[in-house]
Amino acid sequence: MAISQSTREQMQQLAARYPRPRSALMPMLHLVQSLEGEVTPDGIAACADAVGVSAAEATAVASFYTMYKRRPVGEHHIGVCTNTLCGLLGGDAVYEALSERLGVGHDTPTEDGRFWLERIECQAACTHAPVMTVDWEYMDDVTPASAVEIVDRLDRGEPVQSTRGPVIRDFRATERTLAFPEDGLAAEGTPVDAKMLAGLTVAKERGMTAPGQPAQRASDPIDAGQEG
Amino acid sequence: MPLTPVITEHWDDPELFTLAGYQRHGGYRALASALQQDPDALIGLVKDSGLRGRGGAGFPTGLKWSFVPQNDGNPHYLVVNADESEPGACKDIPIMLANPHALIEGVIITSYAIRAKHAFVYIRGEVPEAIRRVANAVREAREAGFIGTNVLGSGFDVDVVIHSGAGAYICGEETALLDSLEGFRGQPRLKPPFPAVAGLYAAPTVINNVETICNIPYIIDRGVDWFRQFGTEKSPGFKVFAVSGHVNRPGIYEAPLGITMRELLDYAGGVRDGGEVKFWLPGGSSVPMLTGEHLDVPMTYEDMAAAGTMLGTGTPMVFDTTVSVVKAVTRWLEFYKHESCGKCTPCREGTYWITGTLERFEHGHGTDSEVEELVELCGQIMGRSFCALGDAAATPYPAALKYFRDEFLAATTTPADEQFDPVASYVYAGAVAR
Repeated sequence: MAISQSTREQMQQLAARYPRPRSALMPMLHLVQSLEGEVTPDGIAACADAVGVSAAEATAVASFYTMYKRRPVGEHHIGVCTNTLCGLLGGDAVYEALSERLGVGHDTPTEDGRFWLERIECQAACTHAPVMTVDWEYMDDVTPASAVEIVDRLDRGEPVQSTRGPVIRDFRATERTLAFPEDGLAAEGTPVDAKMLAGLTVAKERGMTAPGQPAQRASDPIDAGQEG
Repeated sequence: MPLTPVITEHWDDPELFTLAGYQRHGGYRALASALQQDPDALIGLVKDSGLRGRGGAGFPTGLKWSFVPQNDGNPHYLVVNADESEPGACKDIPIMLANPHALIEGVIITSYAIRAKHAFVYIRGEVPEAIRRVANAVREAREAGFIGTNVLGSGFDVDVVIHSGAGAYICGEETALLDSLEGFRGQPRLKPPFPAVAGLYAAPTVINNVETICNIPYIIDRGVDWFRQFGTEKSPGFKVFAVSGHVNRPGIYEAPLGITMRELLDYAGGVRDGGEVKFWLPGGSSVPMLTGEHLDVPMTYEDMAAAGTMLGTGTPMVFDTTVSVVKAVTRWLEFYKHESCGKCTPCREGTYWITGTLERFEHGHGTDSEVEELVELCGQIMGRSFCALGDAAATPYPAALKYFRDEFLAATTTPADEQFDPVASYVYAGAVAR
């Protein structure tokens, strides 16, 4: 698909964030994925133009990072962590169940092109193992059955809420967020859940606090509430 | 040792992620105070606090800042490493989800101290929720005049840019991160020169981990003496521990450095089903594993080193006796093989060799001689690559062999899945029928 003038202008906006425009290459490639559903040769060429490098150089960058796909991802990217902790705690079986449900293997789109399945690496959510992602939003603490149910709901077009984020949109929308992070969804869902509060909860139950806050804090003239 | 919520103290306030919520709990008070002090004095204060980097290496933060040449006429940069991708590490992402303004306040103060006008937060692309929460905090801080020109009338200008990664573990390595942030493939650079001298765009650059930066506002606000109440002489302060694996209450537990795994296990409700720890790793897959014999070792940089491992990211992964260590180690090596950037031959080729051999063990086809040959192979990778990924890949096997030699010998005839029923290690074992 030809890259529109509006897209090129957005690329310039990204470049303007940085002291040197080439730094914007990665967000630009995310922008391309948000529009094209993959990093197309046309899209890579437009990025290369925007930052003043050859298409070969931009392709070398695009091919280095696993999130950039050179085939259409489809509506939803489905990830299952099968690194050691998630995998051994049950992620392996979750992946098998989803592979069977979707009829595809690792890093592959489904036959109808709607879903993409991927065994992903550690998602920094080990406390919530086994972890699945839909369009990179967290779906924590899944089982094979709950994971298949999530895909069934997406397949039927029913709303699915990320366990620590917004209602699932689609792959392209997430890629847009990666290029332009202010998506207005920061207050959606419950990003802070019981597992993130586990220690604080125990501390409160047992009356534990951080010791010895300096005495002057009580009479500090700058009251927190008045500042903002 | 009691839990001591500091960074996590107000996480149960659902508005903490907003500017108003953060300020209700004293947020940005440290910034106002810092801007009235000399930048060099702030560097000295952080040096005196003894704060050490929370990203894994434990390098003294103030010392790192002091390496930036001052009054050199060059632009300086602050880069926050928010590329948390180490298997087992899951504390920076929760911090960014729950308390993003602590990070941003720390970023602004640090930029002021090292005289940087540009700060970048490099967040891994696989976690859009962290990216939008931090970006929202940056927007609010900008609107409040904490970011931009003449911050709080101090004459100090700073801009903060959120940068999304795109799926490469290696970009958590600081020099690979810099190449990535410059728009290149994320491959490590040879050091020296160190980033403090020639970092982003070859200019002096400080690269700090998310949790490290989040400590800064608290140290400025409450002082060095307060900070040093926690932890030990060589490992002062508190730590956001993330306990995962076969425990009853996996989650975030903030405590002073020096707490033991036994204590953390108690807070986390113990091993599931009343079982026992088979092995655990104090801070990511790149640090050598320990066993149930080591539950009383204080979790400090120095005590972990004395026990033959490292504190690393301070995010213990706990595995009970249902787990095959052969399978666990093989899976980690598959990860390092996938994530090796390919720049250095020992790492690029070595991770393939180790992984291929271990995969044969996992399927019961290892040989007795290979049990030793693998140790030698790991030795040929260790210390022979630009960055620590090669060293990390050479770590799990020798560490596992030290405690579980019999299991690797058994894997010369018996597949891992026959030695240990994989279903038994599932956390939903017995709970889900399909």
